[in-house]
Amino acid sequence: MSTLTEGPPAPVPVRDRRVIKSRPTTSDRTFVAAARSAAVSTLVIMGLIGVFLAIGAWPAIKQQGFSFVTESQWLPEAGTFGISSLLWGTILVGLFALIVAVPVSFGAALFISEYAPRSIKKALVTIVDLMAAVPAVIYAIWALFFLQERLLSVAQWLSVHLSGLLPFLSVEVPDSPSSYTSSAFIAGVAVGFVVMPTMTSVMREVFSQAPTGEREGAIALGATRWGMIRSVVIPFGRAGIIGGIMLGLGRALGETIVVFAIISPMFEFTTHPLESGTNTIAAHIAIRYSESSGVALSGLLGAGLILFLFTLVINTFAGVVVSRSRSGAATEI
Amino acid sequence: MTSTIDSGVAGPPPLKDDKLFADQDFRTSRRTSAAERPRVRTGGVSTELVTHVASAGLGALALVWLVYERLVPVTGTIGFWLVWYAVFIVMLAAVSATTLDRMAVTDRVVGALVTTAGMVMVSALAGIVVFTFVRGKGALSHSNFFHETMAYYGPDAGLDKGGIYAAMVGTFEMVAISMVISVPLGIATAVYLSEVRGRIARVVRVVVEAMTAVPTIVAGLFIYSMLIIELGQERSGFAASLALSVSMIPVVTTTAEVVLRLVPNGLREASLALGTTQWQTVRRVVLPTARPGLVTAVLLGVARIIGETSPVLLVAGSTNELNYDPFHGPQISLPLFVFTGMRQPLDVAISRAFGAGIVLLTLVVIFFALARIIGGRAPGHTSRRQQRRFARNARALTTTPGEQP
Repeated sequence: MSTLTEGPPAPVPVRDRRVIKSRPTTSDRTFVAAARSAAVSTLVIMGLIGVFLAIGAWPAIKQQGFSFVTESQWLPEAGTFGISSLLWGTILVGLFALIVAVPVSFGAALFISEYAPRSIKKALVTIVDLMAAVPAVIYAIWALFFLQERLLSVAQWLSVHLSGLLPFLSVEVPDSPSSYTSSAFIAGVAVGFVVMPTMTSVMREVFSQAPTGEREGAIALGATRWGMIRSVVIPFGRAGIIGGIMLGLGRALGETIVVFAIISPMFEFTTHPLESGTNTIAAHIAIRYSESSGVALSGLLGAGLILFLFTLVINTFAGVVVSRSRSGAATEI
Repeated sequence: MTSTIDSGVAGPPPLKDDKLFADQDFRTSRRTSAAERPRVRTGGVSTELVTHVASAGLGALALVWLVYERLVPVTGTIGFWLVWYAVFIVMLAAVSATTLDRMAVTDRVVGALVTTAGMVMVSALAGIVVFTFVRGKGALSHSNFFHETMAYYGPDAGLDKGGIYAAMVGTFEMVAISMVISVPLGIATAVYLSEVRGRIARVVRVVVEAMTAVPTIVAGLFIYSMLIIELGQERSGFAASLALSVSMIPVVTTTAEVVLRLVPNGLREASLALGTTQWQTVRRVVLPTARPGLVTAVLLGVARIIGETSPVLLVAGSTNELNYDPFHGPQISLPLFVFTGMRQPLDVAISRAFGAGIVLLTLVVIFFALARIIGGRAPGHTSRRQQRRFARNARALTTTPGEQP
């Protein structure tokens, strides 16, 4: 130690340190500029959509004030219009879609990741992805000509036998099947089929990432397969379940064509979801855009803006939840 | 033997016949125990399970047949099978409880429920596809369906007149224009996010995420009110392409970014260490390595927009005329053809809508399968053709021109 201190102090080349600076070539500068301008133009497109919707919706919101979100009728010629009934219908359809899609998606995701034999697992994953790629208009034509008439008897059965217990299931003319044809219930079930594959693939992905060691540990401690799922897979995938449901809900709220094909538009708060007549924001835009101009079009833009904000919040929430689960933060060892 | 015992010395090896006897005894005992306890099977389906499920299913069927048909005069097929299913689950639990304990019964019931969910999923897709094919094959059997248009025929014309040619042209042009817009923009944005990584990368990523949340109808309404109402343009296929691009850009960007991130960093570093510029690295190393994944990104984007109806409904107008010009005049697309056809109260129009649905479904499946086949390869995977080309190049470098035959 002492010999070291006795020696001459080592030169510290502070000032001589080489400063490394990158000097990009012309081609690099062009490349970075091109990539950046592409990124900026994506920003601009998105900003344009937001700003344009906001500016376009402003006249309607200014004219209607707060009643834009509380008024249920849509009579732009008479000067009163609002989206409350549309919003309620959107939520109602989304709710029925969830009631149908969540149990099936949850079960199907568990089946694919835990129960399915190895030989068919890959095929099942492909089938689910393919189902997500089937266009909504195909679901719509199937729902209109296949699902609707078969659900009529279910709706009638529910209404006739359970309306005493649950009054919201009642309809005005329970004996006529035409009371049930274009209800929020049927539209919601059809939309449920549309969002099922989205939910399933998110949940399946998270389930399949549950740690093998803990699965084996649970089995080694004598758990049944369901015991292992309940104690390892579901706690690990809880965030994925919530995220998948949210993503599906976001898609359900924005679904247009399926709802348009099933419903008959109505502008009232319906507390009887089995009864014909409901409306959603997306379907309302598709029905009314061609006959709207001026403040009515502005109202549609306002409705579209609110729908967009809804789906944006839901999707962002879902994205945050799912990405957190993928990092493995949900596991506790 | 006796002598050793008498002498009290322990531990000589047992005699041969004794050992043989013991061994035989051991073997027979093992054989009998194997006969008593069959080998535990860890997988597969046991006969007990089959018996339980079959008896529960038949029992439930009989009970529901009796009760449902008598109690509820208004019957529907769906209602019947829903009630049957509920009774089946209860019966399965009851039957299983005769041989299993509580935990195993729960396990079996959950297994039945989960398997049903998987079957519902598969049968929903199969049902949709089969239903569309059954209802639409009448229209497809006439060849005029593919090369005629509905311009000279009303919607009530027979299936041997008119067809979807105009819709196919419209879909092809709209998808092509959307690709021209979104593919360069989407991939360049992805390159920015993964290679350049500038200051605004975070913002761009958030905004692209937000863009996936834009409902297609809102994208259509945006283009409609901006391009057609504000700027006074006419309805056209181009306007529809713009609306479709809004849906396609985020799909291409997010998929391409994931693919670019999968390119091993070692490749980038090796390339830069050779003294290349960043642009050369991206062009000669990163993009070629990620090529299959990028093709998948594009195909997924196409599969997403090819079936979109609502934006096309808003901004492309609808026409029966054949219109090759996407910039002027209304155009029709396949999904829009399906949608307008199915809303007409005419059997022929509906049948034609189903026929167009089959064509649309086939296109989606083709794009999807292509994306799967191409995207199944790992990044950096070299195909046979590429390997041959590499070998050829290597030969050309190593052999001097004079040596060549």
